[in-house]
Parts: sequence; structure tokens; C-alpha cells
Amino acid sequence: MEITPLGDSALIVRVRNQFEDAPEQTSNEVLRALRQIEDTRIPGVIELAPAYTTVAVFFDPLRVMDDASRVDHVIESLTQKIHEAFSRGGRRKQRDKCTRLIEIPVCYEAEFALDLEQVSREAQIDPTEVVDLHRTAQYRVSCIGFTPGFPFLSGLHKRLATRRRSIPRKEIPAGSVAIAGAQTGIYPMKSPGGWNIIGRTPLRLFNPQKDPPALLRPGDRVRFRAITREEFERLKR
Amino acid sequence: MKIDITRAGFLTSVQDLGRLGFRQFGVSVGGALDSLALRVANLLVGNAESAAGLEITLGGLRLRFVDDRIVAWCGGEFDARLGSTSVAAGHAALVRAGQELMFNQPKIGCRCWLGISGEIDVPIVLGSRSTDLRTSFGGFDGRALRDGDTLPLGRNSERAETLVNTLGEEKIAHWKPPHDWSSPAQREPALRFIRGVDWNRFNDEAIQRFMNEEFSVTAEADRMGARLDGPELKRADNFAGTAAASSADLISEAVVPGTIQVPPGGKPIVLLGDCQTIGGYPKIAHVIGVDLPIAAQLRVGDRVRFREVSLIEAHQLLAERERDLAEFRVGIELHVR
Repeated sequence: MEITPLGDSALIVRVRNQFEDAPEQTSNEVLRALRQIEDTRIPGVIELAPAYTTVAVFFDPLRVMDDASRVDHVIESLTQKIHEAFSRGGRRKQRDKCTRLIEIPVCYEAEFALDLEQVSREAQIDPTEVVDLHRTAQYRVSCIGFTPGFPFLSGLHKRLATRRRSIPRKEIPAGSVAIAGAQTGIYPMKSPGGWNIIGRTPLRLFNPQKDPPALLRPGDRVRFRAITREEFERLKR
Repeated sequence: MKIDITRAGFLTSVQDLGRLGFRQFGVSVGGALDSLALRVANLLVGNAESAAGLEITLGGLRLRFVDDRIVAWCGGEFDARLGSTSVAAGHAALVRAGQELMFNQPKIGCRCWLGISGEIDVPIVLGSRSTDLRTSFGGFDGRALRDGDTLPLGRNSERAETLVNTLGEEKIAHWKPPHDWSSPAQREPALRFIRGVDWNRFNDEAIQRFMNEEFSVTAEADRMGARLDGPELKRADNFAGTAAASSADLISEAVVPGTIQVPPGGKPIVLLGDCQTIGGYPKIAHVIGVDLPIAAQLRVGDRVRFREVSLIEAHQLLAERERDLAEFRVGIELHVR
């Protein structure tokens, strides 16, 4: 477990160096590390955020200095506390086995599936099969970023891996379900982007009036359910 | 209990000290790009340091007051006027009902922060009054101000009322914060940095260039960050994605305001408050916290250099500044009693 400074007010805890070789195991380890640090409530730590192979620890250096009662020991003091969190956590009963499974309705009809043809051409399988492979797999949220609430999902069928568009779109509609590389994701709001769009969900993935504001959390399992255009309209309301 | 925006200017938004606790959901910290400037402006007008004020970009703003308020601003070299009277950075000023406060284009830098007594009373969204311009929420209707908007203001604090009385005659306070707090903008700034996690991925030539040469700020500069032009920073290793389908060259991980990342073209980007929460470009360095106020002023054409400091020095500087700020706070108290 490598801990490195990320500027003067954050640290990165690197749980593994690789992700693609073992996505499931890596996600579990990252989430376990996250919970162990969270449970320790280290003075001066403001918030934590997991990504593929890392946990970012954001802190207020001034409060850490107060706690360590010296200025030159901020990183040492935090590093030590994080290591303590891991050794303590290791003996505790693991409660990170239960992850949520969230079903997301997606309309894959042509009107929404702007790049289905492209994905199908690159994969050399026909569009209906692309949709079948996409909607039958189970995914996991590796991290949330790019825009608020945007889930990066691992678990895409290997044959569906598709390069990003060489010229990104200036505006992708909210709810667009898309593929880039070995990942699939959902655009929570209208934004520019280079992913290949194969459908659209009527669900709102980010709502700042709610707490938590995002529908999905890192670690969640996700399944897509194909819906018709009528059902899309009904759910949208 | 309101203020009228006669002219919204180039880009003006409501900002406080930012939105913490939601980075795991991809929500940027945002807030005033120079948090010290806003804290100091707030102190000067008798607000809580975390109160919401206005971030003014490149001027063009005109505000009409409908009641008596204390105002103060800090940031770039703007020409701020109350009628025909000039209001210098870092000086609390009394604005009477009916008066207009105006910000013209800055000579140096590009942003300033205006504190108004009683604070801008927009709803708190996800723990903050800051406007998230990229995602369109928070602040005033989730957007930049427009001509004709009316912003709600809170009630003047007791301290602000004291200031209204004491400044009744002179109108503009004679006391002020240190110059580098009220006016941090420099035309050719040197930003102090600490090394980033990917420092060793760059070859010696790139490192030498980064530390010794000058970079210029391109037109691609906004609240998310400033893209620089200058010597190309090449990497020592070949990080072209191994999987043909992948265009991201490193596994995405957290980035923070101040992070200097280098995309494949070799031209660095200095990230600012509205930056994404994660990124996949190599991080060569990070601008230290006490120099973020200078970075927040970067504007097209500015020339920047980088100077390395140790992480311990970065923390010492931060602690020093906070001590100075505590002293300043005590000094301010003497004037509002």
C-alpha cells in the first residue's frame, strides 16, 4: 500500500497498480481501504474519494498540524494513522461484502443509439447482438467522475470494446449510455464527450437537491434493462 | 435586502469557500478560486469568512445598492469605483442606498472577489452557496449573473452596522490587509510547486525545461484550469495505452486544484477550483496552496515560471499565513468595536 502526497492538502493511497487484470478484486480492496480510513475518523481529514486503484484522502493541513502539534509532520502523521487504520481494520469483521445491485432501464432504439452502428462495425457483430451483450452483462461502478454522477462501469463484454470517437461531440444528451475502450458509462447531464452512444436511460443520475446527489456509488453493481420508447417516456415523467 | 445587477459583466458568479464532501460523486470543490481573497474581503465587511460573495472575471460589472452596505474586494488590479470615488483593493467602503459600484477591466490579473455585508443569501445546495457553472447548480439559479438580476442579501451583522456608523464620514476605511493578500496578481508570476506522483515519468530534459523555462497562458483558461504553451514536456517512458481500445494513458485517479497535468501533447495545464475530480493525465507537479491565489489570476498572455519547494515548506508557508490572518482578524476587531 503506497501513500503519496497529492499537492499539500491531499494524499493518494494506492491499493494496487493494475485494474484491468482483476477489476473485481481491485474494487473490493479499494472499497475496503476506503471504509477502514473512513471508520478511523482521522482528525483533519475532510473527505475521501475512491477511484479505480486508489483512495484519495483530502485533508486540512492546518488541522493536521494542530493535531500533530508540529508543522513538519503532516504527511508522516497522516500516513501513520492510515496504516493504523488498515491494521486495525484487518482484524475487524468485513462488512463490505454487501454491495447494492441497481437496475437501470435503457432504451436502445435507433433514435437514442447514435453510435450503435459504429460499435457494431468495430466489433463485427450485428447491432441487436451488441445490445444483447450490453444488456445481459453485470457491471460495477469503478469510480464516479468526469461530470458529477458519471459512473465508470467495468464489466463490459470484451467484444464491445470500442475506441473513442476521434472527434468528440460538442453536446451529448443527458442519460446517454455509452462505450469507450473497455468501459461503459452514463452521461448524467448534457455535456461534451467522445464516447460511443448506444442508448439512453430516463433515470436522473445526478440531482443536487438530493443527498447523496448521485444515483450510483462506487462499488455498486449495475444491470441494464432494455425498455421501449413508450416505457422511456413513461419513466421520464 | 437585495442588490440589483445593472450590468453582469464578462463573467460574474456567486461563490463561497466551495463544496466539500461530494468529490466521491464527482462534484468539484469549486468556490472562490482565491479563497484567501474572499475570506479577507468578508472579514473587512464584518461577515463570516465563509460567507458567499461575488467572483468577478474581467470586470464590466455594475451593482446598484438598495440599502446601506459595507463592501470590500481583493484580487487582480481592477479599477473599482463608487460614483467618482475609487475604491482600492482591501479597503472596506460604505455604500449608501441608491449608489452604484462599478468594476472596470483589470490591468493585471483577471479575477477579483467582492464581499458584501450581510452576504449573498442564495440557497445552500450540497453544503455550499457556490455556483457550479459546469453542472449548472448552486449559486444564483446555477448560472453566471445576467444584466437585470436581483440578488438576495442577508441582514448586516452587528459588526457591519458598527462599520456603517464609523465609516459614515470618511466612507472608505484607512486600514487594509497585506498587499499580497489584497492584490496577488502578477504579470510574470513564479508559482511554487511540489513534485507530483508522475514527476519521475518525465525525462531529464522535460524536468529541466519545466523548472527553468517560461510558459505562457493560452486563451484556454477558465475556472477549470489554464492551458499553458511553451517547451514541450516529454515523458521518459512510453505510456501509449497498451490496449488499443484505450485512449487514456494512465489509470484515472484524483486530481486537485493546483495539480499541473501534462496531456500527450506535452503542454501543461494548471488545474483550478472547478477542475474534474479525477483525471488520467500524468501529474508532473502541484502548485502549493499559498500560491493558488496567484494561479487564480492567470490570464491569456501571462508568462509563468515554476519554482520547486518542499512539501514541508508548503505547509510552513500555509501555517505562517494562517498565523498572519489570525493577527489581521484581531486587528479588524479593533476597528469594528
